[in-house]
Amino acid sequence: MTTPAQPPNETADGTPLTGDELLVVDGLQKYFPITRGIIFQKQIAAVQAVDGVTFTVNEGETLGVVGESGCGKSTMARCVMKLLEPTGGRILFRGRDITNLSRSAMRPYRREMMMIFQDPYASLNPRKRVGFIVAEALELHKLGTQAEIKRRVQELLEVVGLNPEHYNRFPHEFSGGQRQRIGIARALAVNPKLIVCDEPVSALDVSVQAQVLNLLKDLQRDFNLTFIFIAHDLNVVRYISDRVLVMYLGQIVESGDRNNLYDSPQHPYTGALLSAVPVADPEVSRGRQRIVLEGDVPSPINPPKACRFHPRCPRFVEGRCDVEPPELVLRGAAAPDHLTRCHYPLERWPLTVDEMRRREEAPAAAASEG
Amino acid sequence: MVRYIIRRCIWAAALFIVVTMIGFVLFYLIPADPAKFACGRACDEAQVQKVAHYLGTDRPLYVQYGRFLGRLVPFSFSGGPHFKAPNLGHSFVNRQPVTSIVGAAAPVTASLVFGGMILWMMIALPIGILSAIRPRSLLDRFSMTGVLIGISAHPVWLGLIASYLIGYRLGWTPIAGYANFFHPLYAQPGGPVQWAYHLILPWITFAILFAAVYVRMIRANVLETMNEDYVRTARAKGAPEARVMRAHILRNALLPVVTMLGMDVGLALGGAVFTESVYSLNGLGYQTIQSLNNYDSPTVLGILVFATTAIIVLNLVVDLLYAWIDPRIRLT
Amino acid sequence: MPLLEVKDLKTYFATGDGVVKAVDGVSFSIEKGQTLGIVGESGSGKSVTCLTIMGLNPKRRTTSTGEALFNGEDLLKASPSRLREIRGNDIAMIFQDPMTSLNPVHTVGTQLVEAVTLHRNVSRGQAKKRALELLKQVGIPRAERRIDDYPHQFSGGMRQRVMIAMALINDPDLLIADEPTTALDVTTQAQILTLIEKLQSDYDSAVIMITHDLGVIAEIADDVVVMYAAEVVEKSPVDRIFKKPHHPYTWGLMGSLPRLDADLERLTQIPGQPPSLLRPPAGCRFNPRCAYVMDVCRTKAPPLEPVRGDATHLQACHLDEETKDREAARLLHMFASGAA
Repeated sequence: MTTPAQPPNETADGTPLTGDELLVVDGLQKYFPITRGIIFQKQIAAVQAVDGVTFTVNEGETLGVVGESGCGKSTMARCVMKLLEPTGGRILFRGRDITNLSRSAMRPYRREMMMIFQDPYASLNPRKRVGFIVAEALELHKLGTQAEIKRRVQELLEVVGLNPEHYNRFPHEFSGGQRQRIGIARALAVNPKLIVCDEPVSALDVSVQAQVLNLLKDLQRDFNLTFIFIAHDLNVVRYISDRVLVMYLGQIVESGDRNNLYDSPQHPYTGALLSAVPVADPEVSRGRQRIVLEGDVPSPINPPKACRFHPRCPRFVEGRCDVEPPELVLRGAAAPDHLTRCHYPLERWPLTVDEMRRREEAPAAAASEG
Repeated sequence: MVRYIIRRCIWAAALFIVVTMIGFVLFYLIPADPAKFACGRACDEAQVQKVAHYLGTDRPLYVQYGRFLGRLVPFSFSGGPHFKAPNLGHSFVNRQPVTSIVGAAAPVTASLVFGGMILWMMIALPIGILSAIRPRSLLDRFSMTGVLIGISAHPVWLGLIASYLIGYRLGWTPIAGYANFFHPLYAQPGGPVQWAYHLILPWITFAILFAAVYVRMIRANVLETMNEDYVRTARAKGAPEARVMRAHILRNALLPVVTMLGMDVGLALGGAVFTESVYSLNGLGYQTIQSLNNYDSPTVLGILVFATTAIIVLNLVVDLLYAWIDPRIRLT
Repeated sequence: MPLLEVKDLKTYFATGDGVVKAVDGVSFSIEKGQTLGIVGESGSGKSVTCLTIMGLNPKRRTTSTGEALFNGEDLLKASPSRLREIRGNDIAMIFQDPMTSLNPVHTVGTQLVEAVTLHRNVSRGQAKKRALELLKQVGIPRAERRIDDYPHQFSGGMRQRVMIAMALINDPDLLIADEPTTALDVTTQAQILTLIEKLQSDYDSAVIMITHDLGVIAEIADDVVVMYAAEVVEKSPVDRIFKKPHHPYTWGLMGSLPRLDADLERLTQIPGQPPSLLRPPAGCRFNPRCAYVMDVCRTKAPPLEPVRGDATHLQACHLDEETKDREAARLLHMFASGAA
């Protein structure tokens, strides 16, 4: 798959680029082929895990990515890290197209992009000492002498709130939260610009989760880090992010400034997600209605036509939503960077279940309200 | 399903060709001339040449291999297309058809292997399950020690001890030989009773190693399955322990054992060399050693063909069986 | 008489390293038709408490003492066969991970039928009819066809529905749900919580909801039990505890939680790790992590006592009432001012 040459100053869908973005993801696609055949494997279909995702990340900010399992958020992250080969689209890091770089050409960029994983148990080699795990990237990139590296490792352990004397211990001697701190220290070791966090607190208890989230915020402030923070927990994403993307079936359905998106969501899917999150306040939760979506997320092998959300959408309008694919654009009176992929965005928030169900006789009213 | 079987068969054919080709090349590389061997010490160069021509070993390797494959294909075009029995050629040593040599040896090995399998499963199933139900109990410790001994004891050593003690000193069983199940040769013991009587010691010798391995495997599988969430669900439903064990633990724990069983039986059919040697059973393993010593490549290749086919077929059967008993597996 | 009354329940596991006091003196009760939420972090003993009530702890190396009176009958003293009669019939349980809680080699129909025939003397045909009825009730589409499918053919949310169908098939008086939505996506969680609430009102069952999520508690519980290190630290009707939490650990839990409805500058974190239950700290078990620790906390374990002026709200903390008023108010003010 080749990418058609793009002018460097705009994305495939025409969004202008300033050139100052740390990361530009432009029309990213990742299809996993499904093959079948007796001897020769023919491709009969593809899992459209990520299908045309475009966004930018600026230096020093946190971009939150939310979505349910199977929405493609982790695949997207792995493509950005070049752990997976994208099927289409391009990735610009500091203005340089890294989409098709070879392994060796990619090496200098590897230092600047690190990843933190969900499972602190699985992502640390159980047979290596913590000092070795944290130092590995430093040694790979030959950053300093043995003594310097050891000093740096102890410094890093202290930064993430671990006892620097423990560099000789094995991962199993630490608790889940401490292991996630080791993962963070490892990611920080080479002074990266961008850290992609894939569900870093999902496996942790509430109190430990708070410790790790606070730590990430502190590190961002102290080291001017940029985060892509992937999570399915909307509470966590709200706390940590500056801007948020909502993904559904491989596409971005809504993106915008954190407060705009949480306080006045435009896409019905975002609305349903927000109304489904239990709120730790009995008065609030009793006073509102849960918008319960029917059924399960459809298969990404054969996603619904036009708007991918239409079979489950409470505001589905026949003849429009299942015919005409909506674009991710600015709708109504939303803030300028608040984009939505929906023909009939929500007029206001919160809405009751009845208000969510659009009456078909007034389709034109949607755009003018808000 | 049909698609799957077709694909497996094609792979089997490819595997078959690779295995026999390697066999051929190995024999070609051995610096001994089978013609010289077959001819005898008194032969001069010209006679050896003649024998070599007669055996076909003077032809290039690919011609020899082509003829070998040609004999195996069950139809022929020479003299009009017609079906024929597959043929493995003739022994260099005694000019017997290899098909009949394999045909005589295979039942011996099959008797040993399948009888041994039944015996080892009869030992391994109850001990493995009981050890898992009561881990670290006296029985468990005892059986785990037994497992260690069973795995460490070499079949030749075991066989010699058993035939000396049980066969010779106590005189309870024959110490060697085989009795045909169906049609005994003239003046030789035969029939089911004699057959089993002669095989008692070989079965025990052969089964002990596998019994040990299987006790450990069954115990580990059952132990692991007992901790599964769905077993807790079954108890939470109010199911009695016996039912939990039968319907929810054993069925799941024994699934991988089926696969192992298929592979082990397939491998053993290729020749339970040690056991056959100790008890002078003229099975495939014993035959292989004799033929190897005589550079009798057609016989060795014939046994190789048989063993490869047995392993391939058994593995296919196991995979089909597995798909049938485990609903999660879909063959595509 | 309450439906279930648990008194001073203790469950100790003997391990190679010593005795793990997994549950250490837990008491609570639940009435018919009520929902009790048990909240706590991993290792707090909330799951073991319920497994003990169900008699599902491994028998070897486990000792349980205290009382669990179910309709007046002490489950801890009941014979194994009596417990089997109760399990799945009078008390049913659903578990956290729907992906592993169903047996992969049997159809869901077979597993549902098993649940019926274990307790009812009915034909397989009748049992299957009942199974189908339940599958429809829990919202499995095309239930007639899906009943013969295997668990792996269902999504996680659908499997949890099957688990719920299986739990409710004998119309139990008490349903114990151990983190039933933790492994599920948020929209699926909403479906399952809505379903549990609906079925509870249809059948008038009592529900014990074990969770680490205060949000879930706020949504569906009538009463709350907060557990820390194998003990109950606070117990109250749901409104009161959210309006005025009394225990520093409860404050910590609430402050640790990122919120959808508030724009928090910083989470109030609880420092350190939960203690080992092999050697829990002397005095109040929360004292090594508590910001308000006093000398008395290190020596004397605080009793679980009613708060001033409210007999239904119990708490175990030495702090004086004024400090508690002030700190609880400060916490709630933080949420309110952060609210957008």
